[in-house]
Amino acid sequence: MYPPSLVVTFTKKSSVKMAKLTSLFVISLSFFCISEAVFEDQVGKFDWRQQYVGKTLFAHFESNTQSSKKMFVATDKNIFASFNSRTGDLLWRHVDKTGPEGSIDILLLHGQDALMVVGDGRLLRSWDTNIGGLNWEAVLDTGSFQAACFVAIQDTVKLVAVLKKAALSLHYLSNGHQKWVENLPDSDAVQYQAVYSGGEEEVYVLGVVPNSHLTIIAYSLEDGEIIKQRSVEASWLSSVESSCVVVGQGVLMCVDPATLALYTLPIQAEETPEFSQILLQSLDLEVSPGFQPVLVSSQPHPARSPLSEFFLQLGPDHHVLLQLNADGYTIAPLRDFQPAFLVSFATTGKKTVAAVMTPKNETACAINLFSVDSGRRLLDTTVLFPLELNGGKPHALYVHAFLKKDDSVGYRVLVQTQDHALTFIQQPGRVVWTREEALADVVTMEMVDLPLTGTQAELEGEFGKKAAIQDGLFPMVLKRLSSQVTLLQAWLAHLWKLFYEARKPRGQVKNEVTIETLSRDEFNLQKMMVMVTASGKLFGIDSKSGSILWKHYLENVQPNAAFKLIVQRTTAHFPHPPQCTLLIKDKDTGLATLHVFNPIFGRKSHIALPALPRPILQSLLLPVIDQDYAKVLLLVDDQYKVTAFPSTKNVLQQLQEMASSIFFYLIRSDQGNLSGFRLRKDLSTERIWEVVLPTEVQKIVAVKGKRPNEHVHSQGRVMGDRSVLYKYLNPNLLAVVTESTDTHPERAFVGVFLVDGVTGRIIHEAVQRKARGPVHFVHSENWVVYEYWNTKSRRNEFSVLELFEGTELYNSTVFSSLDRPHLPQVLQQTYIFPSPITTMEATLTEKGITSRHLLVGLPSGAILSLPKMFLDPRRPEVVTEHSREENLIPYAPEMPIRTEWFINYNQTVARVKGIYTAPSGLESTCLVVAYGLDIYQTRVYPSKQFDVLKDDYDYVLISSVLFALFFATMISKRLAQVKLLNRAWR
Amino acid sequence: MASVPRSFLLLSIIPTILILCADFACCNTGRKTGDGLDTDFSGFSVPLEHSFQVDDVSRFRMRGALQLRGGRETSVSLSQSQLSEEDRNTLKVGEEVAAVDGLYKIRVPRVSLTDRQTERQMDGYLTAFVRACSLVESHLSDVITLHTDVSGYLIGVSIVTIPGACRGTEVEDEVDLEAFNTTLTIIAPTNAPQPETALFIERMDIEHEKRGKPQEQKSFFAKYWMYIVPLVLFLMMSGAQDQSGGGAANGGGR
Repeated sequence: MYPPSLVVTFTKKSSVKMAKLTSLFVISLSFFCISEAVFEDQVGKFDWRQQYVGKTLFAHFESNTQSSKKMFVATDKNIFASFNSRTGDLLWRHVDKTGPEGSIDILLLHGQDALMVVGDGRLLRSWDTNIGGLNWEAVLDTGSFQAACFVAIQDTVKLVAVLKKAALSLHYLSNGHQKWVENLPDSDAVQYQAVYSGGEEEVYVLGVVPNSHLTIIAYSLEDGEIIKQRSVEASWLSSVESSCVVVGQGVLMCVDPATLALYTLPIQAEETPEFSQILLQSLDLEVSPGFQPVLVSSQPHPARSPLSEFFLQLGPDHHVLLQLNADGYTIAPLRDFQPAFLVSFATTGKKTVAAVMTPKNETACAINLFSVDSGRRLLDTTVLFPLELNGGKPHALYVHAFLKKDDSVGYRVLVQTQDHALTFIQQPGRVVWTREEALADVVTMEMVDLPLTGTQAELEGEFGKKAAIQDGLFPMVLKRLSSQVTLLQAWLAHLWKLFYEARKPRGQVKNEVTIETLSRDEFNLQKMMVMVTASGKLFGIDSKSGSILWKHYLENVQPNAAFKLIVQRTTAHFPHPPQCTLLIKDKDTGLATLHVFNPIFGRKSHIALPALPRPILQSLLLPVIDQDYAKVLLLVDDQYKVTAFPSTKNVLQQLQEMASSIFFYLIRSDQGNLSGFRLRKDLSTERIWEVVLPTEVQKIVAVKGKRPNEHVHSQGRVMGDRSVLYKYLNPNLLAVVTESTDTHPERAFVGVFLVDGVTGRIIHEAVQRKARGPVHFVHSENWVVYEYWNTKSRRNEFSVLELFEGTELYNSTVFSSLDRPHLPQVLQQTYIFPSPITTMEATLTEKGITSRHLLVGLPSGAILSLPKMFLDPRRPEVVTEHSREENLIPYAPEMPIRTEWFINYNQTVARVKGIYTAPSGLESTCLVVAYGLDIYQTRVYPSKQFDVLKDDYDYVLISSVLFALFFATMISKRLAQVKLLNRAWR
Repeated sequence: MASVPRSFLLLSIIPTILILCADFACCNTGRKTGDGLDTDFSGFSVPLEHSFQVDDVSRFRMRGALQLRGGRETSVSLSQSQLSEEDRNTLKVGEEVAAVDGLYKIRVPRVSLTDRQTERQMDGYLTAFVRACSLVESHLSDVITLHTDVSGYLIGVSIVTIPGACRGTEVEDEVDLEAFNTTLTIIAPTNAPQPETALFIERMDIEHEKRGKPQEQKSFFAKYWMYIVPLVLFLMMSGAQDQSGGGAANGGGR
């Protein structure tokens, strides 16, 4: 059918004359023709990437001048990055290992050096902040990290001290070499928690024996010798880290929530020191009930002692600025801030200021600067921080203070909110940029069609059922005419716009996408991406430009919650708005809540939600729709009772009628139990099948059904002898993947079970010996592709399973799981894959005519578009006439990775976690979103753009040829007539 | 559901005590052998129970005994009794009341076929079902499949009838519903294939040998130079003309 052919591929797109191509063509001999690569001028045209860093743990500004542009953050995603503070763009970013191995314990900044302790005290790193290069890296001794600080010798910072559980070490800033390391005395009993250096010849280590005493050890900077060792009675003290700071000339200041008192202690005192107590009551201060008071101090320069002013937080929104008097044990209150959410110190030159954020009104917070010495407010320093309606509350404040030309203090401020967003504000309250760092952890997403434009919607409304009933014949005709006129108008306007834009250079044409101008394009290529993040913030992102159109922060979402996003009503049911439902399940209690919203505008719908008092086990979306065209969502609780949402009378009636044909399954992987249920008329359920995989042998790691919006165009495959091999297309089929509990390389295995979700029948059961997870798999059409680690050959392998009914269909009209007595034929083949993978998904198109590709996310950040053709168990080992006729590629054990198959060329997506595919209005085109740390959106054309004219299509040539032919016909017709007439006269 | 006569519910509760005649269905890894009870008793037997109620409550009763033999060649056979008069009626009612969509369920206890030392029986059952109407319409000819995992535990059971459809045809003859016509198979997991490297290398070697022959060593260029050279020349010439501003020479051809 498809004979092998010569395929000429041009490596570079060119619309210039053919002649120029002479040097550029490559003739490739192959049976198939796939060209995936983007052309140079198409970069960024159909795709975009956004890079994120995650929730900020530490943030520093470069230097205290007005012109400095850099800021540095270290995040919970083990990332150290630098932003341009003018634009919020990423200057550079270092992505470390995930998990505790790469976690950043502390980030210290001094001059050009950024010091970082990584992996619970495993490594000490120094970065050059200008270019983000690594200066040096030192491996630290074992022991968990406690604290670190800079140490100055004679006014210059030369060393960094790292305190571990049982040792203190000093390293040179210049090269990371260790100056000395000393074991801490009695480290089993004493918990060493803080290290302090105020520019003297000693470095102090503070340790505590909880509720007994405090230990202070002074080490000589020179050789690490213990100069002094003191033990101070402190029965009230449980942790230095959480309740003590150093202020002034080396005075340890602690707060005790039990006695409501402050304790001071001079660290450097020669004689046996003692804590002196100052009751908070004596300062007229009162702690909010149940609140643990917090002390905040500031050490502007490591070579000098800390400020004698400090903040004491007495309640969630109550802070006091206090000053330690020169005598070292009396305290003077400077200013009381109530209400005040956040406070922060900032130093520029010799001046230190305190920034305080206070609530102003519903929509904004005010930030003011105060002089630290006097507590007076500095004039003209108010900055407004806008609070978003559905945003998070402010969580942290980072102030960048600088001296202006007139020697007054100016500042910019970075506010971190609970939803992990970073907002950078400049005086007098202009938001310079906002970074939505919640998007670094997308959990699940959906793509929703955009609504029609006003005119299109009007047209839809005209043919709506309700309209037809209300109006008579004549008004209908009038309506029809008027809508035709509006359509004509819209078309003319569109033409004018096209003409107008064509005259402008391409770069200038930039349509700002706003929520008001959103409308579906001709081929439905632009969609709304609804993204759910782990922090509980929802985003609506325009798929074409990547701009965030709406965001909604859900408060009170547990950090370990599981999310499931369901599209209950699409945009197709005008005038009913589209409706999405987010099922949020607390993993500990299993209790679930629903958040129903409009995916286009992000607004919460005011629909009565069902009460869900019991833990939810399973949710399923039925094809049943209520009178408002919303699909019915069934929620099964732990007593196997079913709740329907929406639960109108109409829905309940429909459910009763259909009850006996509604089946669902539950999987309890901890018990290895798969069971099936059938709905009863009273919305209770009946257990009808049960399959148990003993957990002693194997554990269920993943279960996948098929995507409900998947279409399969061809029912079978035409074979070489012109017969048809019919696919086994069971929509209820589940692929269950297990891993053996025995992890010995020789005995480990991966099990693949294909189970019918209605009848519980095990359709196929295969065991991949000497294999281990993590298993990634895709289940679609009549095939399952899975990837595993071969423990014997120590390599990654791909295996493909395809199911066929055979050359005859059992019942070609309808598929029923209850009436398919014969098991399908199963074909399987395995290949070596030369790379580990992180995630896998299959392309999806509107009608399923286009051939399928697998999108494979690689750890390198590349996304590989692997033709499914390569994963075909019918690839023959020996090429025959039939297999050639069928266009089958001969079997090769190794799967190739071709760089032109990387759909994201050099735009690597760090830590790909998931790939989402959605069909577009064009059959050839599939929309792809890869998410992880970054988000990358593009389009793929698995069978090339067979339904689209190329960008460089020569309209002029084709129309001139047409016109020429037309005129030639006219002229020759005329000539022929003349000739005929002449002949007739003869 | 409320329309179901109560008497039938009662009938279904009465256990079948009378085992009139034993009917054996037996198999050896899928093949029907026909030798019933006279095989050696090194195996063990587990009950096969069934339930066919018109209401949705399952009440399992004995249908027969599965004779399982583990070891290298796992085999299974089934001895089962005929259906009693009452059971036949219940089944038929289940079919007649089509709206109820009565289910015929079977279950077997979870057992291990190989591990004899440890406790064979674990708690819990494996359950499967088929529509009662299709069982009646197929005149009790069913196919029961037992699935085991790699270590010989029974993990699942399935039942289908042939034919599987419910067409609503009336089963006239009571005799058709007396005895089961059961095909019994036991399926162990298949081993998924490994990458076929050896065969591929062999094939490559053969191809290399073939290619080693001198007459086939002609390169692509050597074979097709007569087509390529004029093409290249033509393109180069037309390119030269183009550069010298002679677009006219190309005319409409382009």
